[in-house]
Amino acid sequence: MVGKTEPVNGTTVKQQQGAASMSSSSPNPSRSDLLTSTSFSLKSFKLKTKQQELLIRVLILGLVYILAFITRLFSVLRYESMIHEFDPYFNYRTTLYLTQKGFYEFWNWFDSESWYPLGRIIGGTLYPGLMVTAAFIYWTLRFLRFAVHIREVCVLTAPFFASNTTLVAYFFGKEIWDTGAGLVAAVFIAICPGYISRSVAGSYDNEGVAIFALLLTFYLFVKAVNTGSLAWSLASAFGYFYMVSAWGGYVFIINLIPLYVLVLLITGRYSMRLYVAYNCMYILGMLLAMQIRFVGFQHVQSGEHMAAMGVFFLIQVFYFLDWVKYLLSDTKMFQDFLRITVTCAVGVGGIALGVGMASGYISPWTGRFYSLLDPTYAKDHIPIIASVSEHQPTAWSSFMFDFHILLFFFPAGLYFCFKRLSDATIFVVMYGLTSMYFAGVMVRLILVATPAVCLISAIAVSATIKNLTSLLRTKSKTAATTSTKGASGSKASSKASLDQSQPFQKNGAIALLFGAFYLLSRYVTHCTWVTSEAYSSPSIVLAARGAHGNRVIFDDYREAYFWLRQNTPPDAKVMSWWDYGYQITAMGNRTVIVDNNTWNNTHIATVGRAMSSYEDEAYEIMRSLDVDYVLVVFGGVTGYSSDDINKFLWMVRIGGGVFPVIKEPDYLVNGEYRVDKGAAPKMLNCLMYDRARGVEIGNKDIKLEYLEEAFTTSNWIVRIYKVKPPNNRW
Amino acid sequence: MGICIVLFSSLSQSRSSYIFRILNSTGAAERMTKLSALVAAVSLLPILCFSFSPENPTDRRVLVLLDDLSLKSSHSIFFNSLKSRGFDLDFKLADDPKLSLQRYGQYLYDALILFTPSTDRFGGSLDLAGVLDFVDSGHDLILAADASASDLIRNIATECGVDFDEDSSAMVIDHKSYAVTETEGDHTLIVSDDYIQSDVILGSTKVESPILYKGIAHSLNAANSLVLKVLSASPSAYSANPSSKLSNPPLLIGSAISLVSVVQARNNARIMITGSLDMFSNRLLRSGVQKAGDSNKYSKSGNEQFVTELSKWVFHERGHLKAVNLRHHKVGETDEPAIYRINDNLEFSVQIYEWSGKSWGPYVANDVQVQFYMMSPYVLKTLFTDQKGLYHTSFKVPDVYGVFQFKVEYQRLGYTSLSLSKQIPVRPFKHNEYERFITTAFPYYGASFITMAGFFIFSIFYLYNK
Repeated sequence: MVGKTEPVNGTTVKQQQGAASMSSSSPNPSRSDLLTSTSFSLKSFKLKTKQQELLIRVLILGLVYILAFITRLFSVLRYESMIHEFDPYFNYRTTLYLTQKGFYEFWNWFDSESWYPLGRIIGGTLYPGLMVTAAFIYWTLRFLRFAVHIREVCVLTAPFFASNTTLVAYFFGKEIWDTGAGLVAAVFIAICPGYISRSVAGSYDNEGVAIFALLLTFYLFVKAVNTGSLAWSLASAFGYFYMVSAWGGYVFIINLIPLYVLVLLITGRYSMRLYVAYNCMYILGMLLAMQIRFVGFQHVQSGEHMAAMGVFFLIQVFYFLDWVKYLLSDTKMFQDFLRITVTCAVGVGGIALGVGMASGYISPWTGRFYSLLDPTYAKDHIPIIASVSEHQPTAWSSFMFDFHILLFFFPAGLYFCFKRLSDATIFVVMYGLTSMYFAGVMVRLILVATPAVCLISAIAVSATIKNLTSLLRTKSKTAATTSTKGASGSKASSKASLDQSQPFQKNGAIALLFGAFYLLSRYVTHCTWVTSEAYSSPSIVLAARGAHGNRVIFDDYREAYFWLRQNTPPDAKVMSWWDYGYQITAMGNRTVIVDNNTWNNTHIATVGRAMSSYEDEAYEIMRSLDVDYVLVVFGGVTGYSSDDINKFLWMVRIGGGVFPVIKEPDYLVNGEYRVDKGAAPKMLNCLMYDRARGVEIGNKDIKLEYLEEAFTTSNWIVRIYKVKPPNNRW
Repeated sequence: MGICIVLFSSLSQSRSSYIFRILNSTGAAERMTKLSALVAAVSLLPILCFSFSPENPTDRRVLVLLDDLSLKSSHSIFFNSLKSRGFDLDFKLADDPKLSLQRYGQYLYDALILFTPSTDRFGGSLDLAGVLDFVDSGHDLILAADASASDLIRNIATECGVDFDEDSSAMVIDHKSYAVTETEGDHTLIVSDDYIQSDVILGSTKVESPILYKGIAHSLNAANSLVLKVLSASPSAYSANPSSKLSNPPLLIGSAISLVSVVQARNNARIMITGSLDMFSNRLLRSGVQKAGDSNKYSKSGNEQFVTELSKWVFHERGHLKAVNLRHHKVGETDEPAIYRINDNLEFSVQIYEWSGKSWGPYVANDVQVQFYMMSPYVLKTLFTDQKGLYHTSFKVPDVYGVFQFKVEYQRLGYTSLSLSKQIPVRPFKHNEYERFITTAFPYYGASFITMAGFFIFSIFYLYNK
């Protein structure tokens, strides 16, 4: 993999060489012979420089494409071809349903197995893009007579789309800078841990295809802005439609693009190209997005989408003004006209928004949106959002972990972008800056920032190396050729000092090249290491190092779900904290009370209340929900840290958010959360405590009056309790 | 659930009758001594299957545990009435070392009569938990104590929600409604006619003469919602030691004292508890009764009728209901759907039968209700009956989707409680089930078509009009 970055640099050199005056063609044959050594014997078919370059580029892209795929296969090799995490199980289950029952059944699917007894309209509450994509791949393969199982398709969908993303990154890089930057961007994004974390094999989640769709939409939109072509704009509208169908993160697009347009308008970069690109993309994208049931009329009714609409009207005003300007020759008159029009337009827009908000036609911003803008919002107002670990603010270490050296290249890339400002670079700068901010707010949004960081870093790396190599190559050239492209220092000083510092500068350039090479190879090593160690764990099967360094596998979750599947009546209802809901329905095939689709806070709060109440109160709640089994995750024996006791405070907070009976201070001792003997008395007596860590510490001998133990997995991680029927004689 | 019961019962019935026939023929044909042991052992099986099933709820085999075999003769009238009703009584001493309620995991008896007030430990493997398990697996129990009630008996009663007076020497004393006898006694033989008002428990013929009672008092545990007072003492009764002077006010007084109580457990096992073993005795069954201060003298006490009728109830000869064939379907269809849509019209029916002691007859009532339930009842309808056991109604599914249940919860005094539920999901409309063309939307249709036409004309105009 180290070797792979090298040719990239080589091509950038060559490409620059080709773009140059071609006068220095002397080193070219030797280099091309070296690079195309495979076809050395076929000297008679010697290609022209441009063709060679194309060949190498295609070769590199092909290798990157394969690399992006295979680097994500660690989990399959190490464990097995299985679905990871929590949400992917739901996606898998729905995909299975889609392939078995067909699209219309899927579209109208009312699932009575989750959210008992409320049920969930699956078809109307999911983003179907992922499932449809996987099913489409599955049907295609079937049509081609490949007898694959749908699970394999689902497992490999994310790596496949990651490969496709590298291609988009290449074209995007090419669009905003040059082919060299495109190639570097493709390599960066192929192995960037921030992206791999959500696209390893088995991570069958929306993000897997959504990042592809996101980047594609952006690329097509930038292309449309650059060309002013209706066709590209239309393509970007379809890209947007795919994105909307795949992930809720489309809101980022529908806000970033208007923001970008607004910035262009303000900076006086309004053009007909922009007008065509934005109008077509917005109108068609909006109409297409409305076809997704889950999104529906949000584009015209929700506060989050209003920015796009406002910019849409604003750009009409700009167009109108342009026309008026064309008609009016008198500048003073136009100035007056401009003032009146802008005031009126803003006023009308403000009034329309105010009326819409007041009448309730336009819904205010949702909590999730607020929590993005204000990182402290969720913690205070929406515990259910704050409770998810991937919604926590990002630590510095995870930035380093996920971006490694890209974090340092990023500002450098911004510098290059500002140096060569164009519509396209403005876009990528805005994309980079906004997504970096969001990545700082929520851990999971590092994913959205990753393509931007890769692109901007690629610009930095590509431009730097291009400059350095050009310095090296122009030893016989006059100073004037290279001085304009000096990587450091101002033009004037470099011009002045170039002649006397030529040898020193060359040595420096060599040193810097080696430095860049070293950094890039470190990056590759780091990425591979992170992928293999951190991001390829399925989290449903736990692996740990034993005392002797051997691998210990805890497969307790699947054991428990299988037990549920085999040993409980088919209509049994299982209560667990919502994290495990999807897995229980997908693997255990049993009805759950709450699951990871946290659409009904009250229902979750009821479960949280049951978990954090005394056993007799909890029993009442469980009876009212017809609960037959209670599943808890217990880390006491194996030292598994993310068990239910760990999540317990969130159960209390979420429960307390709806039922004021549950008070957080009751479970704390001196403001601290303790589970040992010093734990708060209420804590010791509540249902959850009884069953999660009590066996080990604090409250030792627990007698359950209303529950009985039904099953405990071999490592005691998952424990299932049966709810007893009411006493026969009382 | 209803279907489940039917399935189970029909299965067990067919199996039992089949075995029964085979064994009968073989057993009658040859009575070889070698085989007889085997036959005896095996022939338990059909009896076991036949005796007590949901299809035939009346008990058959009754184990009577006695302190003393003399009770067999002193209470013979009661026992004979049971025998004449077809019960197979198995008398055993309470300390019989071979005492066992079950063998190979199967219960050998359907009901247990504990006339063992003073027994501290049962013989054999039987103990407190054994008796309670017997009840919890759906079998019936008659428990009679008296002044010498042991801790074991008290504990059994306590577990069933009945607390005997803790003072072991106390008896029910009533200085106003005692039975007039030749000798002025200590007024512990009392007379009561304060019965529960239920034809189901005490039979349709009213108990004319009062009941003679001599024994200890008990009270009902307020936490137990299933226990019922069948015969309570008069307001002037109290529980105290008759031979000593009353120093403290007695704990149990007046009509808080229950003389006879019954429990119908959630699994419909029936328990009768009384503090007087004597009330079953031939002496009190035969004796005349005159209440103090009342000139009416009855030639025969009400005891015989009372205990007979009550034992009929306890042994499921009366007041046993079954609900079967819980069905529902859309109006105009006959098949049961797997899922309903909101606002569907559906028909619901259930059959309820009452056991008459020998056969199932229709149960007729006008207060059976069905709930369409999801966390709370969305629909609550009284069912119509066709007087032949079929209850039916029709209603509209509410405009709410979710997982609903058809619930029939029927609890009436004395009757077995019916608790049926059947889960059924209700889905919202599919995308193609909405109305296709809405009149109010015609302006929108018009607008879109006008826009299309306008765009077309505009394009032509723009392209060809230079």
